[in-house]
Amino acid sequence: MKKGLSSVNIVALTFGFAFLYLPIVLLVIYSFNDSQLVTVWGGFSTRWYVALLHNEQLLEAAWVTVRLGLISATLATVLGTLAAVTLTRMTRFPGRTLFSGMVYAPLVMPEVITGLSLLLLFVAIGLDRGFLTLLLAHVTFSMCFVAVVVQSRLITFDKSLEEAAMDLGCPPFKTFLVVTLPIILPAIVSGWMLAFTLSIDDLVISQFTTGPSATTLPMRIYSSVRLGVKPEINAVCTIMIAIVTIGVIAASVATKRAESERVKAERAAAAGR
Amino acid sequence: MALKPAQKALGPIRRSFAPWLDPAAVPLIRFENVVKRFGDFTAVDDVSIDIHAREFFALLGPSGCGKTTLMRMLAGFEEPTSGRITLAGQDLVGVPPYRRPVNMMFQSYALFPHMSVEQNVAFGLKQDKLPKAEIEARVKEMLRLVKLEPFASRKPHQLSGGQRQRVALARSLAKRPKVLLLDEPLGALDKKLREETQFELMDLQMELGLTFLIVTHDQEEAMTVADRIAVMNHGKLVQVATPGEIYEQPSCRYVAGFIGDINLFEAEVAASAGGLVTLKSDEVGATFSAAGEASPGASVALAVRPEKVRISIDPPPADATNVLKGEVWDIAYLGDWTVFLVKAENSEKIVRVSRANVMRSETQPIAWDDKVHVWFAPDAGVLLTS
Repeated sequence: MKKGLSSVNIVALTFGFAFLYLPIVLLVIYSFNDSQLVTVWGGFSTRWYVALLHNEQLLEAAWVTVRLGLISATLATVLGTLAAVTLTRMTRFPGRTLFSGMVYAPLVMPEVITGLSLLLLFVAIGLDRGFLTLLLAHVTFSMCFVAVVVQSRLITFDKSLEEAAMDLGCPPFKTFLVVTLPIILPAIVSGWMLAFTLSIDDLVISQFTTGPSATTLPMRIYSSVRLGVKPEINAVCTIMIAIVTIGVIAASVATKRAESERVKAERAAAAGR
Repeated sequence: MALKPAQKALGPIRRSFAPWLDPAAVPLIRFENVVKRFGDFTAVDDVSIDIHAREFFALLGPSGCGKTTLMRMLAGFEEPTSGRITLAGQDLVGVPPYRRPVNMMFQSYALFPHMSVEQNVAFGLKQDKLPKAEIEARVKEMLRLVKLEPFASRKPHQLSGGQRQRVALARSLAKRPKVLLLDEPLGALDKKLREETQFELMDLQMELGLTFLIVTHDQEEAMTVADRIAVMNHGKLVQVATPGEIYEQPSCRYVAGFIGDINLFEAEVAASAGGLVTLKSDEVGATFSAAGEASPGASVALAVRPEKVRISIDPPPADATNVLKGEVWDIAYLGDWTVFLVKAENSEKIVRVSRANVMRSETQPIAWDDKVHVWFAPDAGVLLTS
């Protein structure tokens, strides 16, 4: 086999990466642009980051987004986990097929429709649009993602572990808390992270369901871009990219470390030490 | 495995242990006409078994015969469709698994992966809310019993298969249950370790004075460990007896064929007198005489174990009975035994003969295609009517 990369491979890689990351790199570079104009380079500066700190509107929007993400992801995780447990454990109850279909409907439903129908609902029951309606909407669409992740873990879960716990005198609910939950915790955590990401990222459904009292960061960014891109937006986006990158790297390092420790332990056990 | 003096002392107890023969003995566990259906499928079909205290009882059968379902009903994971299960006089039907005084060792071991060996063993004791010091003492005792003290703080994935099996055993014994249920406990171990563990299980059961109920599809395992064996097939109980009886006195063709190897000669009863039956077998074109009684005209099977059939190239002694001539079809040399497959003259019947290799070498070894005589005594075979 030939060593190294052929010229075709190099070209393909270059174009691939450029396509994926060039826009992001440009955005990061221009966030340090001294010029007022987004597309003209006027020297290096961090003035937009400083300006950010004084932009109350953006800070307020960021705070709403984070709060919304944390609360909605947590609620969605609780509900999604319960749905997953019900669907995997109770194989027969009236309306199971309907329930299973309904849980996954938001996965394939166009966001515009979800958003519009939620808006109609809130109007119909006379709920004032604001943080609460935003929260309800986010829980609604992110809960099904949690259910999918947790359910796929529960399907491979060895049921005899729960039976063993009950056999040793542990009642069913406590068994769920001390045996099932700790074992499926990684899936629940990744479900939560998925829900959180979806929540801070959402624009369409938020637009439909919010009121003047609560504006999220994506909404703020979107509306300010319509009035012309300010370098401040680049700075906000750069910070968001940095947070996401750090999160992804930390998660993959943690997974790799856990994996290598597991392999080492298994080798030691096989060698009989 | 080296025999310890303490184990020697258990010999007389084992020898005289047979509470099932005592009509006054009260069984510890009673299955009474237990039926379990899953939809249209009948997993357990009208089974009644009595199991006595301190007995090592085996449920034996092929996979899907209902043995595991029967055990799971005793553990409380399944409820019988009809019938009663009692333990020490108490009706168990409707009692949830976490309130039953039985513990189970699972086929997959079902060790909690997020807990250490120590925490696994302590789990059941914690559910009983025992004082901390007592839990610690009992866990130590259990780990000593299964020789796992140095591994107390390890997680299950850091153990070998044999060690995991021991943790599972220690965990299920920690609560000192009235009955220990073992679901294919040694299935995942290699042959040598399995044999060792079988003897250890027997000694443990004796030392602790517990009642063990084991489910297995491995007849050798059941024969080794159990005081009595219940053979099951298609959800029905076929025979309950000691290993010796099961082997030498099988109740029907199914049991005879399931346990060990056997030659079955289909025949018709020609005459029966003085405890001796004359059989005419069209299958091999021969007449047999067998000990027993049967009504003339009935079709029966004469079951003869391979080791009870003699084989030689020279003609058998003049007083030999049930002689068949044949040709050596195949030979399997197993070291301690040699198995000969002999094709009977003028028929398609293959007779299985096994012979212990008592001598290191033979002057006239039997080889492929040799013309041989095979014969067996009238009391070597068992008459089977069903």
